[in-house]
Amino acid sequence: MPSSAEPSTRFADQWSRRHLLGLEYLEPAEINLILDQADELHELTNGGQTKLSWLQGTVVANLFFEPSTRTRTSFSLAAKRLSADTIDFSSSGSSLSKGETLVDTARNIEALGVDQVVVRHRSPGAPGMLAKALQTTVLNAGDGTHEHPTQALLDICTIRRHRGTLEGQTVVLVGDIRHSRVARSNIWGLKKLGARVIVCGPATLIPTRIEELGVEVSYNLDDVIAEADCINLLRIQFERQRGAFFPSIAEYAHLFGMNGQRIRKAKDNALILAPGPINRGVELTPDVADGDHSVILDQVRNGLIIRMACLYLLSRGGS
Amino acid sequence: MTTTIIRGGRVIDPSQDIDRVANVVIDNGFIREIAEGASAPGAQVIEAKGHIVCPGFVDIHACLGEPGFEEDETTATGTAAAVAGGFTSIGCMPDTSPVCDNRASAEFVKLQAERAGNCNVFPLGTVTKERHGEELAEIGQLVQGGAVAFTDGSLPVANAEVMRRALEYTRMFDRPILCLPVVPELAAGGVMFEGAVSTLLGLQGIPAAAHDIMVGRDIALAEMTGGRVHIMCLTTRDSVERVRQAKAAGIRITAEVTPHHLTLTDEAMKSFNTNNRVLPPLVPQDHVDALIAGIKDGTIDAICSDHTPLAGQKKDCEIDHAPPGISGLETAFAVAARTLVGGGHIDWSDLIRLLTSGPARVLKIDRGTLKPGSPADVVILDPEREWTVDPHAFHSRGTNNPFHGTTLKGTVELTLVGGHVRYSRDGQAIPSIS
Repeated sequence: MPSSAEPSTRFADQWSRRHLLGLEYLEPAEINLILDQADELHELTNGGQTKLSWLQGTVVANLFFEPSTRTRTSFSLAAKRLSADTIDFSSSGSSLSKGETLVDTARNIEALGVDQVVVRHRSPGAPGMLAKALQTTVLNAGDGTHEHPTQALLDICTIRRHRGTLEGQTVVLVGDIRHSRVARSNIWGLKKLGARVIVCGPATLIPTRIEELGVEVSYNLDDVIAEADCINLLRIQFERQRGAFFPSIAEYAHLFGMNGQRIRKAKDNALILAPGPINRGVELTPDVADGDHSVILDQVRNGLIIRMACLYLLSRGGS
Repeated sequence: MTTTIIRGGRVIDPSQDIDRVANVVIDNGFIREIAEGASAPGAQVIEAKGHIVCPGFVDIHACLGEPGFEEDETTATGTAAAVAGGFTSIGCMPDTSPVCDNRASAEFVKLQAERAGNCNVFPLGTVTKERHGEELAEIGQLVQGGAVAFTDGSLPVANAEVMRRALEYTRMFDRPILCLPVVPELAAGGVMFEGAVSTLLGLQGIPAAAHDIMVGRDIALAEMTGGRVHIMCLTTRDSVERVRQAKAAGIRITAEVTPHHLTLTDEAMKSFNTNNRVLPPLVPQDHVDALIAGIKDGTIDAICSDHTPLAGQKKDCEIDHAPPGISGLETAFAVAARTLVGGGHIDWSDLIRLLTSGPARVLKIDRGTLKPGSPADVVILDPEREWTVDPHAFHSRGTNNPFHGTTLKGTVELTLVGGHVRYSRDGQAIPSIS
């Protein structure tokens, strides 16, 4: 049952951007604004208002040029919860292989009368390209190994809801940093909000000069686990790896996998996050995934309200 | 007999150590003399007061698209771009389709250049058949067909044994092999220079070592064989140092840089503008500084446009799908002038040497000079005139140029090839008769 509640303008009035391309480009205050908007939506939703009319009469197009289930579903539901009409366009493989350029595909969909485009693409910079070419708002849902801002925002939202602040939190990002857009967006967001960030993984999966982004580097999870307030276990991006970056999955799990044994070295209240989809037995074992430290399902729930917050704020940006 | 006098300009000819105000006298398409107060009754007169008069520029390699890539460029459009950029002699890259790996193909390059009638085009032949990197191309026949140097273009000769044989074989003709210094395994999938910026952008990087290793390999092979290696598009600090040491050791090696590698850095990739994607990729400032040091101390012999025109649709795509390359002939001079002369690193005479006698010596061609008896390939420059780069106004079909919208200082006013005006900036400047 659609709610008759007027859209909240408390945070939207302070928002001015038309696009969300990455957390690199946001001010700390803007990140907090999204988190605050998400908290407000959380309260409304918990208060029983599961459907809001805030985007009624607008159209959100999900353009997914890479396979995705959870992010696409999350965006789709977020738009529907705000009463937007949605278009889902999925195509794996590059647009070029189909003979049509990305910009042409997007312009065709825009011509249907779309207000916001949510785009996932394997090429870094592709959402920025669309932001230049289209009149609509563009929201990056993951561009290659560059950024995935809403995933980082939901990770940060989850930490903030548990801890109240990011200030002073030590967050360890574990695993395939090189191929991870989630890592890059998390680094930007976490650093901007005052967290300490350690990246930890096999040396082959730590990219050149990552320290210049303000993070510490460790190659030994057991060395840093005790300091961690939050541990984010990134998925091994087998599909993005060119050649073998480590000798075997078993060796990876042995050195960097989170299991019942290893987690005992962590703080009692340490949070275990995983952006998913998780490879059970590789990045973490089932007992950890389903154990007391895990906030993995909180992340999924927070993902919905973060995406609602982003869609809503962007709809008001520049208006 | 037709006589032309270019009067009153600042004549700079590094091949003769000339830099003074003088007149250049041309008889029947050849330089007669450079002299103060030279006069010839009835001659055509071109006034050049306040301008620089120098040998036409020589480009070691440029892609002319033909045959096979006419959507990118043709010999006619590419050579029109050349003369508009002040170039009167260019080496034509052999990575066409089919490739220039045989005499007939080299002859075709020359034939198309004659038909176009813009500038001199010197064919470059491939090192290996079909650029496959396996068997040597018919290098002797290519030389007979006019090829002046050998290269597999954008592909390095990856197999060191093949490169060794090629250097031994080309030694018979005293012709250089032009090497793009990239180790393919280290560069596979690479979009930009591997460093802090590639990490930030999540773009696959090519490490500096991919270039340094190949430069080092080819220096060792040049030393062993006595063959001549020319390094195309030098970009990294260690590569410059290796070339410097090799030259000091008497090894037959030469090297070039491009204007864009001297002017832009890998920071430019942050815009995700596909026109900044080149191979080798743009490098960080500390490497750029090393390139400039290499220019100042003579380690680097030449500036090359690395002209790689690409049809609009090829660059109008995601950055990791876009082929590398810049349509550079029409901005090479002004961009190099801005960075090197404008930046206070070298003077006009040095810059003109890097664009004339330097590259002519690399290709061992009798151009890039105003010595009496030489073909009258002459360019007149206005070093002070400002202009704004608009690739849509290029003569080249390739609009892929990262300097779009940039205001540069230094224009090509007039280009003469064999004594004939082949380009005039204002479309007239037709010589008057005195």
